[in-house]
Amino acid sequence: MMDSLILRTGVRILLPLMLLFSIFILWRGHHEPGGGFVGGLICAVGFALHALAFGIDAMRRVLKADPRTILGAGLLLGILSGFITVPTGEPYMTAQWVGGLGTPVLFDIGVYLVVVGGVLAMVCALMEEGGA
Amino acid sequence: MSLAVGGMVAGAIYLFLSRQFLRILFGVILLSNAVNVAILTVGRLTQGQPPLIARNAEIMAQGVSNPLPQALILTAIVIGFGLLSFALALGWRAYQEMGTLDTSAMRVAEPEDRP
Amino acid sequence: MNHWLTAAPILVPLTTAALCMLAWNYPVVQRVLSLAGSVTLVVLAGILAATTLNDGIQVVQMGAWAAPFGITLVADPLSALMIVIASIMGLCCAVYALGDIDPVRERGGFHPIFQVLMVGVCGAFITGDLFNLYVWFEVMLISSFVLLSLGGTKVQIDAAVKYVAINLVATACLLLAVALLYGITGTLNMADLSQRLPQVANQGLVSAIAVLFIIAFGMKAALFPFFFWLPAAYHTPAVAVQAIFAGLLTKVGVYSLLRVFTLIFIGDTGWTHSILLWMAGITMIVGALGSLATRDLTRAWSWQVVAHIGSMVMGLAIATPLALAATAFYLVHDIVVKTNLFLSAGLVRRLSGGEDTAFARLGGLFKAAPWLCVLLFIPLASLAGFPPLSGFWGKLLLVKAGLETQHYAMVAALLVSGLLTIWLVGRVWAEMVWKAPVQPPAALLASMARGRAYALMLPLVLLSLITFGIGVNPDRLLSVAAQVGASLHDTSAYVEAVLGGKAEPVPTLVGELQHQAGDRP
Repeated sequence: MMDSLILRTGVRILLPLMLLFSIFILWRGHHEPGGGFVGGLICAVGFALHALAFGIDAMRRVLKADPRTILGAGLLLGILSGFITVPTGEPYMTAQWVGGLGTPVLFDIGVYLVVVGGVLAMVCALMEEGGA
Repeated sequence: MSLAVGGMVAGAIYLFLSRQFLRILFGVILLSNAVNVAILTVGRLTQGQPPLIARNAEIMAQGVSNPLPQALILTAIVIGFGLLSFALALGWRAYQEMGTLDTSAMRVAEPEDRP
Repeated sequence: MNHWLTAAPILVPLTTAALCMLAWNYPVVQRVLSLAGSVTLVVLAGILAATTLNDGIQVVQMGAWAAPFGITLVADPLSALMIVIASIMGLCCAVYALGDIDPVRERGGFHPIFQVLMVGVCGAFITGDLFNLYVWFEVMLISSFVLLSLGGTKVQIDAAVKYVAINLVATACLLLAVALLYGITGTLNMADLSQRLPQVANQGLVSAIAVLFIIAFGMKAALFPFFFWLPAAYHTPAVAVQAIFAGLLTKVGVYSLLRVFTLIFIGDTGWTHSILLWMAGITMIVGALGSLATRDLTRAWSWQVVAHIGSMVMGLAIATPLALAATAFYLVHDIVVKTNLFLSAGLVRRLSGGEDTAFARLGGLFKAAPWLCVLLFIPLASLAGFPPLSGFWGKLLLVKAGLETQHYAMVAALLVSGLLTIWLVGRVWAEMVWKAPVQPPAALLASMARGRAYALMLPLVLLSLITFGIGVNPDRLLSVAAQVGASLHDTSAYVEAVLGGKAEPVPTLVGELQHQAGDRP
């Protein structure tokens, strides 16, 4: 944890901005460069910055859920998005489209959650070990 | 490009020869990056557009860059990132537990006096 | 319907892992989920194997992207057989873990990570794409790192450092080999590769890449020059983890060698397969000698894992249908026996009440637990190759295949390795069963809750029964192994199943770009 006023004030403003931007990137990835992975990384970096500025416990409070739960939920969402093909009888993961919006979005949100959960779980583990 | 890859691999192998776990890890970082550059090179270097299929088009436009190496490298980077963060945490734990990162001094699992 | 079945070996453990992660703070829920997932996997793997053996090779293109562009999952006889065995081992280790794993490791996420390991193993067995194989290797690797260091004792950290270092290098080698292969052919689909490689002009480069694959998979499989990490690491983690590592992880390396060197690199067998043959021979002898040099039960078994890898690779290197069938048979036998040996070594450690399984601490097992000795006799005798147990048939097939092709030196190495193993088994039996007890045997098993004792014993009984069953009635497995051997020797059915019998190779992006670059002044 870094005790710096500049960082603290900066993070207060940056965190919501980064969250919004990460969701924008996630959405943009549907048709253009971007996607769940990059979006997830941006979101995770936002929270990691928060942890650096205010400490790991404060970050957990802001995050509300356990990172590992987020990881599991994302994984499950990703798996389930492939199962939407059951009624059509096509192979697993075949994309289904409803008016420009397809199941890849669901998968991407899953990836987003997995990345956020995975990175934050690692950050937590490292910061708690290092005693930072 | 291929010369750069060669140089990186040589550096990585030099680092592997060290006994220090941390240097070996740096070697691994260098080697995995060398491999990523190699993938990019063997996928043919072209100056092209992002490989996206435009709206209302069935196939990709001419002159796009090859998307497959990019996908492969992204996967490899993600995996490398995961492995590396784990390896670093492990190195830190090893230093805490044993007080050394010299791999020759680590003989806990295979003690010399007890075959 | 069938494409769901083919994807099941990946989906079932993956879903189980995701659910276990959601229930991170509820170990009881995780136990139930882990058990349910493992049972489901065994059932579905059985159905998949039956379908494959009866109706031919099952192929599914993920996301309906046609081969060779999309990711293909292929269940041919070898894959199906391996998945069935792997799922049974997964179930046995999951059950054993219910009785054995301590609360610290359970809180650390043993169950989800164990399931992720199963995802990696099954994925590696079923994929038909080389890069995808790399990805599954990594999935397997990361989870094995975590499992190895889970619990975080000093010994484990020490072992994990070496294991991680060597495997990171092996990973980079594998990725480099895959990259070069992509560079010269423009495809990574294994069936497509087997079609394209003979057309490559620079065959010397192909052989060089083949050697890179031998190095990468050889490190994973613990072949001769690259085996030293295995005896350094395998005896340190929790018993269920040891057993699944010994049973499956190195065998995935063998499977990959088997797949790559029967399907893809078959142009220059005089060079690649003779390297494999030499490595196999030396591995057998060195592994057996190493196992005799240690005075610790678990570590002796770790060396034995190395020794028997050599036998399997020998079958691959000879590469006649009979030798390949022998390898398949030996794989099944060895996975079952090794898992059993490591699980029982854990039980022996509990009974002798010690921290480790050094020979000096063992003894008097027959007085303490006569039924366990009877049970233990089966895998031990099978390891040594006494007829009529499964090890005997595997060795017999290998010897026959070796003699048919006049590889007398290899047959001699196999037999010497077998003799050394018999010596080891005799010594283990004497130290463990006949020697007078060093300390009064701990009555741990009796003091344990009934459920836990059952959880520890049931897997041993099941595995010993499998070994015994294969030994007494080898015909069923022999016919399956023969089918595997034939399908590995003549891979045209595999290629046709994946590519759908296209006569013309599809142009790849690399080829096209090369063409454009050539046009440019």
